[in-house]
Amino acid sequence: MAATQTDSRALTRPAGLISVAVPLALFGWFLQFLPEIAAGGTVVYRIDWVPSLEVGLGVLLDGLSLTFALLITGIGALVTLYSTSYLGGHRDYGRFVCYILAFMGGMLGLVLSDNLLSLFVFWEVTTISSYLLIGFDADRGTARRNALQALLVTATGGLAFLAGIILIGMAAGTFDISGIGEPLASHPLYLPIFLLVVAGAFTKSAQVPFHFWLPNAMAAPTPVSAYLHSATMVKGGVYLLARMNPSLGGTDPWFWTLVLFGGVTAVFASVMALRQTDIKQVLAYTTLMALGTLIMFIGVGTEYAVQAAMAFLVVHSLYKAALFLMIGVVDHGTGTRDARVLRGLGRAMPVTMVAAMLAALSMAGVPPLFGFVGKEFLYKAALDLDVGRLWVTGCAFAASALMFAAAGIVAWRPFMGKPADTPTAPHEGPWPMLAGPLVLALLGLALGIMPDLAEPLVRPATAAVLGVAAKVDLYLFRTVNAAFVLSLLTFAAGFALYLSHARLRAGLSRTPKLFDPGWDRLMDLVAAGSTALTGAIQTGRLRRYIFVTFATLAAVLSVALWRAEVTLAAPDFDDLRAKHWSVLIFIMAGALLTAFTRSRMTAVAALGVVGIGVALIFIMFGAPDVAITQLLIEVLQVVLFAVAMLKLPHLGRDMNTRPRAWDAVLALAIGGLTATILIAVMATPLDLRLTAFFEAASVPLAHGRNIVNVILVDFRALDTFGEIAVVAVAALGAWAVLRGTRGARP
Amino acid sequence: MEFLMALMVGALVSAAVYLMLARDVLRFLFGLVLVSNAANLLIFASGGLTPEAPPLVPEGLKAPPPDVANALPQALVLTAIVIGFGLFAFALILIYRSYQTMGTLDSDRMRLAEPEGRD
Repeated sequence: MAATQTDSRALTRPAGLISVAVPLALFGWFLQFLPEIAAGGTVVYRIDWVPSLEVGLGVLLDGLSLTFALLITGIGALVTLYSTSYLGGHRDYGRFVCYILAFMGGMLGLVLSDNLLSLFVFWEVTTISSYLLIGFDADRGTARRNALQALLVTATGGLAFLAGIILIGMAAGTFDISGIGEPLASHPLYLPIFLLVVAGAFTKSAQVPFHFWLPNAMAAPTPVSAYLHSATMVKGGVYLLARMNPSLGGTDPWFWTLVLFGGVTAVFASVMALRQTDIKQVLAYTTLMALGTLIMFIGVGTEYAVQAAMAFLVVHSLYKAALFLMIGVVDHGTGTRDARVLRGLGRAMPVTMVAAMLAALSMAGVPPLFGFVGKEFLYKAALDLDVGRLWVTGCAFAASALMFAAAGIVAWRPFMGKPADTPTAPHEGPWPMLAGPLVLALLGLALGIMPDLAEPLVRPATAAVLGVAAKVDLYLFRTVNAAFVLSLLTFAAGFALYLSHARLRAGLSRTPKLFDPGWDRLMDLVAAGSTALTGAIQTGRLRRYIFVTFATLAAVLSVALWRAEVTLAAPDFDDLRAKHWSVLIFIMAGALLTAFTRSRMTAVAALGVVGIGVALIFIMFGAPDVAITQLLIEVLQVVLFAVAMLKLPHLGRDMNTRPRAWDAVLALAIGGLTATILIAVMATPLDLRLTAFFEAASVPLAHGRNIVNVILVDFRALDTFGEIAVVAVAALGAWAVLRGTRGARP
Repeated sequence: MEFLMALMVGALVSAAVYLMLARDVLRFLFGLVLVSNAANLLIFASGGLTPEAPPLVPEGLKAPPPDVANALPQALVLTAIVIGFGLFAFALILIYRSYQTMGTLDSDRMRLAEPEGRD
């Protein structure tokens, strides 16, 4: 099991001190907003960040974000306090503190952002810090594999979410959440927006069929599991859906998608929880159940349902963090987390037992714990429904009953009965590890007895999700109603399930695992696919690459010509004289000869023919300077070729030089396209403004009569300087390449 | 003449592309030379073809006569010719050097960067 080194001195060292003080101070700071938010106010504050992209660092503090902020910082402080003992002696404790604080910042940014783009940035910060934290024990292969799995699943969903954000920006005209005025339900882009946002939320909050990464994320150290993978990060998807409810909610696709997927996740996960033997895994699956329930009730979207979801959100965060932390204490105190081994720890670990019992009772939904209040409200909301009542009530009931059994497995059984043999003799944890579970469990009890205390948070949170003010009245018990009867039935069913859980586990463990091996197969497929693709495109043969490049060019040119709807005039041969024809034949013959000759000397000579032909054209059409340069360069080229030929082999001596039909087709296509474009260009009227300027300014400004020379050395002298630099660099490069030949390998 | 010019540029480009698709890198280099000639002609022709009137300002005048050739593409082509030569020279040296190292001019067998692997 997890290597736990306790060292309570970490609390007095800077890293430990900072990791506790920062969230604690933030918790206090957020608490001061409670009266204002409870009174129905919101705090909006914005600074422009990237004004050109309409990205503002807007802060939106309403009931929903304050609830999350208090959970993040409050539970955060307890978790980091716990970690000073749990991980204080770890050689990478400093790294851990960096990651967890980075995560905390990202999570706070996520729930406080008013701008969808900055929200997305923080969303990904939590994804990345979660990756780093799951893979914290990077020496273990499973930790690395599971971290990567979580990263890939949530980041893929994140990309979908980003696409959804962009569509929202197009549809609403703004990226500010508070600026999306009316619901987008009637917008034509609604369905794609909805699907993309839901993809992001479902991957982040681990809904079926994306759930498999969350139990695997338990490879992280226990404080991380308690914090990220139960109380905060995985609720990011829930937060997103709750936040978008006013603009995206209330439609049929919204209702059915969220209710169906949430319900399936809740029931499936709580059944799977019974299968586990590792109590940390049991908790991981019950977290999935809670996430499914939250999403189902946000999907339902009635005032009562949202209120129930918000209350349940707080309930779950409190008891689940407490239970996870408790498991860390048990693991640390006994050396195992195996549900089949752990028995009778009560005597050796009394404080842990009290915290575990209180939290587990809350999880089981037993009065007078806050969990009971949460469950009662879920039932009432479900029974109030007109559409889908049976499904929602059924899912909630099944999940709650299974949860009751899971609570017994996690927190009752290990502490009761006769002490069993554990790898190390059971002993109580140090106080920083007990403070967290105890405080959270007692909070659950206090809020259960006095549910009114939660109202200042739950009321504005419900209002924020609904988009309108809400009446929220939390109470423990008033009358015997249908929900209460359902609760009693839940206890009975849950107790029965608990009594038979060993047999159920044996039966369930025979069912095949689907999702996790499926993931490995998918990864293998991706790897094989990219290998095949790379093999197909990266052949390592230069001429293949050139062929693809030219083929692409031909395709692009064709499309451009087709879209420009070029019409070609009939050719006009009136002004043609013998010299034109002869130069044409001269050049074309040279080009053909170069292309098809097998002798390199012939090729060089033919190239010279082409070059001189081009020079003749320059002379014919009033460009003597260009012609002179062309001739000079031709001579230089031939000299260089001649020198190089002495050292190079003959053409195609060791290669197949058969005619290449496809290459010829492509070559003719590109040549034809170029000719067509040139004809089209020459048919359009010339813009001679620049030429006119140079002609007029040449003598008065530059005192030169050769306009081409004046352009080169005066008006565009810097270009000419650049040209000289290019030649100089080519010469330097050539020199360096040649120098390297000395002592080169054969 | 415009049509003939376009035909010529097209023929040069075709020959150049055909050469650049060859296995022998020396042929590739021939293609490179042809394609820079074609590009120069293309720029020159797009600026309009004016027979036998270089862009010069006669003595005593402040501006050239109205029907001289377009000076701007000429200046561009002049630069392009020189840069094309730089490119040619460097490519030639590179080919020479790779022949020294690898003992072949067959681009299919130049596999230092992407060795024959699993494909």
